[in-house]
Amino acid sequence: MTYNINEKGYYGTFGGAYIPEMLYPNVEELRQNYLKVMAEPDFQKEFNALLKDYVGRPSPLYFAKRLSETYHTKIYLKREDLNHTGAHKINNTIGQILMAKRLGKHRIIAETGAGQHGVATATVCALMGLECIVYMGEIDIARQAPNVARMKMLGATVVPAKSGSRTLKDATNEAIRDWINNPVNTHYIIGSVVGPHPYPDMVARFQAVVSEEIQWQLKEQENTTKPDYVVACVGGGSNAAGAYYHFLEDTDVKLIAVEAAGHGVESGESAATSVLGKEGIIHGSKTLLMQTQDGQITEPYSISAGLDYPGVGPMHAHLYKSDRAEFIAITDDDAMKAGLKLCKLEGIIPAIESSHALAIFEQKTFKPSDIVVVSLSGRGDKDLDTYIKYFDLS
Amino acid sequence: MNRINQKLKENKKLLSIYFTAGYPNLDDTVTIIKDLEKSGVDMIEIGLPFSDPLADGPTIQVSSAQALKNGMTTEALFKQLKDIRKSVKIPLIIMGYFNPILQFGVEAFCKTCADIGIDGLIIPDLPVDVYNDNYKAIFEKHGLINVFLITPQTSVERIHFIDSISKGFIYMVSSASVTGSSSGFGDEQTKYFKRIADMNLNNPQIIGFGISDNETFTTATKHAKGAIIGSAFIKHLTNESDKSISNFVKSIR
Ligand SMILES: Cc1ncc(COP(=O)(O)O)c(C=O)c1O
Repeated sequence: MTYNINEKGYYGTFGGAYIPEMLYPNVEELRQNYLKVMAEPDFQKEFNALLKDYVGRPSPLYFAKRLSETYHTKIYLKREDLNHTGAHKINNTIGQILMAKRLGKHRIIAETGAGQHGVATATVCALMGLECIVYMGEIDIARQAPNVARMKMLGATVVPAKSGSRTLKDATNEAIRDWINNPVNTHYIIGSVVGPHPYPDMVARFQAVVSEEIQWQLKEQENTTKPDYVVACVGGGSNAAGAYYHFLEDTDVKLIAVEAAGHGVESGESAATSVLGKEGIIHGSKTLLMQTQDGQITEPYSISAGLDYPGVGPMHAHLYKSDRAEFIAITDDDAMKAGLKLCKLEGIIPAIESSHALAIFEQKTFKPSDIVVVSLSGRGDKDLDTYIKYFDLS
Repeated sequence: MNRINQKLKENKKLLSIYFTAGYPNLDDTVTIIKDLEKSGVDMIEIGLPFSDPLADGPTIQVSSAQALKNGMTTEALFKQLKDIRKSVKIPLIIMGYFNPILQFGVEAFCKTCADIGIDGLIIPDLPVDVYNDNYKAIFEKHGLINVFLITPQTSVERIHFIDSISKGFIYMVSSASVTGSSSGFGDEQTKYFKRIADMNLNNPQIIGFGISDNETFTTATKHAKGAIIGSAFIKHLTNESDKSISNFVKSIR
């Protein structure tokens, strides 16, 4: 069994490109070119240089001493929170903006939920001098005002998605509709390992730098390239895909995917897609998604806007169904507690998404000799309001 | 012979109307179908509403959301249509996104359609190649015609491929857009209509997206076998103080 994508664009039975004919030329153009372009030495050089000098890579692999003592195991944090713009999202947007330029596209569109991917897209568009339009649910615009302001400062146009439930899923629909309406000059920078093939694979490859670094950083610090566990939160699945990528086929390395349970998996207010989802089609991909019996896509819930997506990338659907990864659901409350604990023990304020990954140490026991790498996918600045309200800090 | 093929043989330009099942009210579906037939419409596309209609503009988004709120489901639609062939003779096509069909079960869905007397399906997000590899046999077993789309961006090679798989007509999307967004046809469109007409494909073409009145209908059917109206008809059901379906159809041709 392989955990990578096959030549038809599927991970096991998940993936593919279930798109209207109107999108076929765009997606096909990308499919035919993405591997070729990524393999060009010139592309590699520019991508790596920007990751180093602009994003600030490599991101540290930090041995969290006090956290490790608390949980009696060896915990390393992969510090994606220290990247420019504060999360792993920028690895992907740097890659895709270079791709867009090589495909001759000069108009960039993106969807965003919490605004992290929107900010990362607006940032690279400013860097390259390209027009940027970000679709964002009307409800998210209201609750993520600082990121809306950031995007505007960076020169992006933020368009409210007013359809459906007016959150991330609908922002994605609007971005796809925009692409249908602008098939020639526009590139759609999707923010996670979701959407039609080749997006999940392309985004995973741009994020793969994370596990590539983990390998040599661990070699320096532990004299092995293999952790025992890699842990990451999963919204669409891009930070997890990046942290897993070079370990996918090596089953000595155990993978843990952490989903948002919201108020509890059975509460009716949850985003634990693997458990609650059924196989279906969302945003052009066959994957697991939360839906009614009748096949209508339902609204997820999580305190963290970045995990609030009713689907999951096809790679992760396959990792779930094949038992290659262990899936754990963490509630709002447990995530918030784990976030605060990291602040107190290590002096790091994590994004609430990442706090979900940290919360597993309360649920699962590791051996003292285990090396557990946790993807600290983002920093908590964007979540201060939520932290303040939740812990009554004002 | 399938009613669609029969209809395509008639020596006239065809008018096909799309509407969202269960809109404006849950139980309007059958009344609307009967009224459309009485008004002389040639073919009907019954929209199975979906929560996330990617290829549709605001009008059909809103009608779909309302229909779902009204309680429309796949099962409810089939129940409403159960006796439709006792009165309605013109071709009926169900247009819906793939996920609800997948959840119902493709085989069960096709079988129920055949039992009712549905003639064809339009599933915009079921790609031609996936259909060809996985579902063609099921559709054909139940005598259903699957209709594929082409757009101004579709390559000549792909148009020929789509033509080779099609068994009824080709749905020609008038311009690069979601439904309901165009206002009139310019040079670019007429050139595209002519270019496709000159290809002499095996399957006749019916043009949809952006057809809203007599003028756009006439322009489209100059180069094609027929035209499909969707958003404009739904707007008529929604806005006009005169909701008469026959008056709407008369205004088109
Ligand atoms: C900090 C952070 N982590 C994780 C995610 C979830 O996305 P993904 O699962 O694609 O990594 C987001 C999404 O906005 C995020 O901002």
